[in-house]
Amino acid sequence: MKFSGFRVVKEALTGHKGWGALWRNPEPKPDYDIVIIGGGGHGLATAFYLAKTFGKARVAVLEKGWLGSGNIGRNTTIIRSNYLLPGNEPFYEFSMKLWENLEQETNFNSMVSQRGIINLFHTDGQRDAFRRRGNAMMLAGADARLLDQSELRKMAPFLNFDNARFPIKGGLMQSRAGTARHDGVVWGYARGADMRGVDIIQNCEVTGFRIENGAVKGVETSRGYIGAGKVGVAVAGNSSRVMAKAGMRLPMESHVLQAFVSEGLKPTIPGVITFGAGHFYVSQSDKGGLVFGGDIDGYNSYAQRGNLPVVEDVLEGGMALMPMIGRGRLLRSWGGVMDMSMDGSPIIDRTDIEGLYFNGGWCYGGFKAAPASGYAFAHLLATDRPHETASAYRFDRFARGHIIDEKGVGAQPNLH
Amino acid sequence: MLIPHPLLGLRDAQEFTYLGDASLMDRPDPTLDNAETAFCDYVFMRDNPAGVHRELWFHEQGDRSWLVVTRNTITHEILGAELAKDLKLNRKDAQ
Repeated sequence: MKFSGFRVVKEALTGHKGWGALWRNPEPKPDYDIVIIGGGGHGLATAFYLAKTFGKARVAVLEKGWLGSGNIGRNTTIIRSNYLLPGNEPFYEFSMKLWENLEQETNFNSMVSQRGIINLFHTDGQRDAFRRRGNAMMLAGADARLLDQSELRKMAPFLNFDNARFPIKGGLMQSRAGTARHDGVVWGYARGADMRGVDIIQNCEVTGFRIENGAVKGVETSRGYIGAGKVGVAVAGNSSRVMAKAGMRLPMESHVLQAFVSEGLKPTIPGVITFGAGHFYVSQSDKGGLVFGGDIDGYNSYAQRGNLPVVEDVLEGGMALMPMIGRGRLLRSWGGVMDMSMDGSPIIDRTDIEGLYFNGGWCYGGFKAAPASGYAFAHLLATDRPHETASAYRFDRFARGHIIDEKGVGAQPNLH
Repeated sequence: MLIPHPLLGLRDAQEFTYLGDASLMDRPDPTLDNAETAFCDYVFMRDNPAGVHRELWFHEQGDRSWLVVTRNTITHEILGAELAKDLKLNRKDAQ
């Protein structure tokens, strides 16, 4: 089934009876060349690029729940590539480029909207830091622009520019950043992978690995044993739990991150805006709801819900930045479980067990990374070599001292 | 979350800052041959269990004591709290 303008017109005239399911619901086969654990954004993107770009067809994606029930359905849908460090920025810019072409590639409307992101600064020191970041971005081929206060006032007049404690002096803007429809991303990748022969097996929880002589042979699941030439794990949030079944300890903690949406409001916020004096970021969905979030709760958690103090903290940040939101009403809040790695950066690497590959540690930046993460993981699974933009995301970087710590806060996961 | 402080009773978790797994109390011996590997594990690697977790909380806005709190990471239920100092002293006595 291919989507096109012609198809929409045809279906409209024939009572929409021709639309079928977007993907099959197959029984697991006894074995596959490659088994991906995790049917979220990263796992499905991996399967998609394996099938499309690397020509691998005997691939299965195992998902313990339903597609998109994890963090791909729980994020704030922001896509951007405004990182500083050389290990990160080329990777996220690669992801941004994949986002820009995603809908053509998957033939599915992911509602990628390049409405821009503005990181506000409030002090001279912060302006310098953002100027440096902007330069680092441009060196990696991304776009960046430093806005002064008068320019910013025209774009977002509702901001609290003259806040006595945190006056807004300007912002670093990336115009190509924006938002995407998170479910559309899952469905687009799932459909694209399925069309190319990938088996997407839902309600299939991995309960263990079969490892013989230091090599993985397959996975034990709630739907029986499935043999595999290679196994790729992409289960961020639950990475430690799954890898423990293979006897591995990981450099990460699981933490809960909350996100929020207000009732629908008239269009008011032009793109994504982040507060520089606290942790708060906001965008407006196409339905009108303000989508926003802030810090993680800060303690180990596998509960997909958080506590009230962080709700208050996030909303206080919002009130300091744009007091007008005090008149709006909060509609919903929810939580997702993050792999918080020890340096705030992800891992895409082989493990010491032959045939077992790992993708995780995305902290709370996994959504924007999904296309490049999938591509780089597919590259690693297909060729056994890291993708050029993901070559820094190694397990051994901690022992080697080559950590990628954007914030510079050290091995304290709840501060990243 | 309310943390049952052994000296002060139930205190709001907001008064505390969180450090992490209680095994951070057991610093490796820097004089051993494998100290480099041991410290790398100590600093970077975590068990990160789903379920009962023993963890260090600092009563920063209270009596500034370190607590070892036993908590379920799936339900956020707090199962107990002890003074980290007492644990250390008891362990020393036992040796």
